[in-house]
Amino acid sequence: MTLARTRVRGGVGESAPRPDGVPKVRGEFPYASDLYLEGMLFGHTLRSPHPHALIRAVDVTAAREISGVRVILTERDLPTRERFGLMKRDQPVLAEGRVRYAGEAIAIIAADEADQARAAAKAIVVEYEILPPMSDPIAALGPDAPALHEGGNVIDDVLVVHGDPDAQAEVVVQGEYEVAMQDQAALGPEAGLAIPTADGGVTLHIATQWLHEDLGQIAPALGLPNEQVRLVLAGVGGAFGAREDVTLQIHACLLALATKRPVRMSYGREESFYGHVHRHPARLFYEHGARRDGTLVYVRATIVLDGGAYASSTSAVVANAGCFAAGPYRVPNARVRSVGAYTTNPPAGAMRGFGAVQACFAYEAQMDKLAAALDMDPVVLRARNAVEDGDRIITSQPVEGSEPVANLLRRCAALPMPADEVAHPLRAGRPSRDPLLLPGGAGNLTHGEGIRRGTGFAAGFKNVCYSHGFDDVSHARVRLERTDSGIRARVHTAAAEVGQGIVTVCQQIVRTALEVEEVIVETPDTTIGSAGSSSASRQTWMTGGAVLAACREVRAALEERALARGRAMDELAALLDEPIERSVAWRHRPTEKRDGHTQNHGHVAFLFAAHRATVDVDLGTGLVKVVQVATSQDVGKAINPQAVVGQLEGGIAQGLGLAVMEEVLLRDGQVRNASFTDYLLPTILDMPPVVCDLVEHPHPDAPYGAKGVGEPPTISSTPAIVAAIRAATGRELNRVPVRPDDIVFGTVARSGWRIVPGSDPAMAARA
Amino acid sequence: MNDVRLRVNGVARQTAVPDHESLLTTLRERLGLPGSKNACEQGECGSCSVLMDSELVCSCLVLTAGADGRAIETVESLGADGVLHPVQQAFVDAGAVQCGFCTPGLIVAAYALLRENPEPSDLEVREALSGNLCRCTGYGTILAAVQRASRAMYRR
Repeated sequence: MTLARTRVRGGVGESAPRPDGVPKVRGEFPYASDLYLEGMLFGHTLRSPHPHALIRAVDVTAAREISGVRVILTERDLPTRERFGLMKRDQPVLAEGRVRYAGEAIAIIAADEADQARAAAKAIVVEYEILPPMSDPIAALGPDAPALHEGGNVIDDVLVVHGDPDAQAEVVVQGEYEVAMQDQAALGPEAGLAIPTADGGVTLHIATQWLHEDLGQIAPALGLPNEQVRLVLAGVGGAFGAREDVTLQIHACLLALATKRPVRMSYGREESFYGHVHRHPARLFYEHGARRDGTLVYVRATIVLDGGAYASSTSAVVANAGCFAAGPYRVPNARVRSVGAYTTNPPAGAMRGFGAVQACFAYEAQMDKLAAALDMDPVVLRARNAVEDGDRIITSQPVEGSEPVANLLRRCAALPMPADEVAHPLRAGRPSRDPLLLPGGAGNLTHGEGIRRGTGFAAGFKNVCYSHGFDDVSHARVRLERTDSGIRARVHTAAAEVGQGIVTVCQQIVRTALEVEEVIVETPDTTIGSAGSSSASRQTWMTGGAVLAACREVRAALEERALARGRAMDELAALLDEPIERSVAWRHRPTEKRDGHTQNHGHVAFLFAAHRATVDVDLGTGLVKVVQVATSQDVGKAINPQAVVGQLEGGIAQGLGLAVMEEVLLRDGQVRNASFTDYLLPTILDMPPVVCDLVEHPHPDAPYGAKGVGEPPTISSTPAIVAAIRAATGRELNRVPVRPDDIVFGTVARSGWRIVPGSDPAMAARA
Repeated sequence: MNDVRLRVNGVARQTAVPDHESLLTTLRERLGLPGSKNACEQGECGSCSVLMDSELVCSCLVLTAGADGRAIETVESLGADGVLHPVQQAFVDAGAVQCGFCTPGLIVAAYALLRENPEPSDLEVREALSGNLCRCTGYGTILAAVQRASRAMYRR
């Protein structure tokens, strides 16, 4: 039975416009760093310049004398000894006698003006006893390494054993791979405004991915009950994983409580590099065995992830890298050891596709190596081994509700190739292409001479939602009401809109489920239950699912009311003399906890994609121009096709960045390039046209069959681009980002350690 | 402190600023115009783009004290009550807005481009916007938005 007399516009499957689009193009959308209250103070953080040191003394006497300074807090002034951290509470709110990374917070200041707070930070005198840095994660795992934390330097350790882990094969390929540290580089800086409340508590307006997880870390650190700490989502200028961890949340609240004044904190770009976690750098040691016909026999791998100074989400990253280490392929036998280590590098945590990104770069390089050893086409080799429903990944969990990966590969291979040809120097007396389209771009380094074109493929996969027994839940409240202007719905969740468009998805689901066009999405806050994080590609599945379930309850209540009153369902004005409101808590089916040698059914479902990249490489300068990326991705159902394409293209841009330019450069624990001048991000000149093929294979458990779409684009785009560069150059390229030197001189990255793939990295020997 | 007179979005404004304060900070913190964004404050990302005497500049690289007497146009000056400027409308329609932090700077830069070059080629758009970073979209929809705006404004 229908409620609306005309078809409702902007429902599921349409490219409905975002509700926040107009304020954003007008410059009126309030981001966290835009928040302003008359009389507010400005917060600032003093950070350690040393990666590893003991703190002998902190003298704030001179800093306190600076005009406008209201309070300076060090660890001595903290109300509690509670630590914080996403999966392990191992990080002090302010350093307690020791710093473990360059950038660790030591003191916080609130002052009338931002300049005064910065000047005070400079005036604080800290006496350090410098300790040697521990910057190599493999060395940190060794038996003789000094422990950085109680309990040693292993943050987490996963062993996946499948079939016969010692199986032998006719054709064997090995490789060592490296993934450098990538920065999420969300353009909006970390920012928040903390306002003390009359009851002795605090309200924090904050740009975050997960309000309730923040609350669970903030309140204990403040020594307040959860009820006295309220969080409201402020405008979020991108996230990509970097806002899953607490940065300035506790600090801003502490300063507000200490001064009884509103305090705004907002990091500048340099501080942002020190203030948030990054993608885990990884060393990966692989061996693949196959029959002569290309059938995979085994994969053995050891993966070492550099967790940096504090654990953050390293446990989940280690588990993902282990579970997904063999790729979207049927692999009957495997032994995978995935370990995360504490070091004195900046802490690593969530970034789009975590764990899966690092593994995919290595296993897809291995698949190309294997194809070469077998003299097979790389797409044919992949398709021959690709998983489909019923096949098991190396954790023994079967794939369900997915498009066969071989189809994704074939579809991707059949997408149109770039229209332009390889550049020819001075064809008909003129360069055949604008130099802007050639490697080196405006540097005008070539007219087409020395350019080689290459094409490469990759496929990848990852879980959607939380895994391994986590109680994954999202709450939604939907209200259907009558107003002077008609019928409308309101939807309230705590799901963080970080740019991905969950606000639009919620509107679209309500429109379709309740047949009402006007849908108001209320500001997320902690007055409603948790929605979980805007991460793991999960909000459409989880909060979309919660909103759909709430809509169904509203609709059932409406039907009941109509029946009781003897009215038709579409007599909404009469039926809604009292609004109908329903709240639900929605969960996906439970997953199994990790156990000894396998993770069993640890994940709720998998997301698959394939990528093809075409590149031009200047062999003389080692510069790369990505010419085109094509992708086929199983999205389940495109609730908003325009937004889905936006996720695919944006994710590919980040994959391109990791492939050829993005790296947080570290030397002995020091970040060498904490700015957008030195940390290179893809510009509109670097990004090629993207061909997107949305494959809609619905998953039976997901709302409208819609799978998450955010992460797969970053997983296999990077290895596809590097495969294309290898095809153009013949170089080994075992490290991302690929650097000009790697292309021109054929430099190969070596960890300096000998590790038998599949073995415990703690047993590594110096090479 | 320096007394500075500016014409901001057509309105005469007067304010006192320290020597080292950027025009971006003045706009955001003193004049109540936070539409121009503070993503890098180093002239690398373009999110703070404004027009100064009709020239496209990164407001984070302009010292307010040196801008005395200048006319500034920010993203807030585009469009009217209830009506978006065609560039703004095109960004909405093309799906070029995700987190939106880069959007005000891109809109000002695209507006400046289309005033100079009403029908740019794709490559000209890319060149003109290469100083504006976007971390969400991968730029495909931004390119489409600028072409859509060009059609709406000049090719009816």
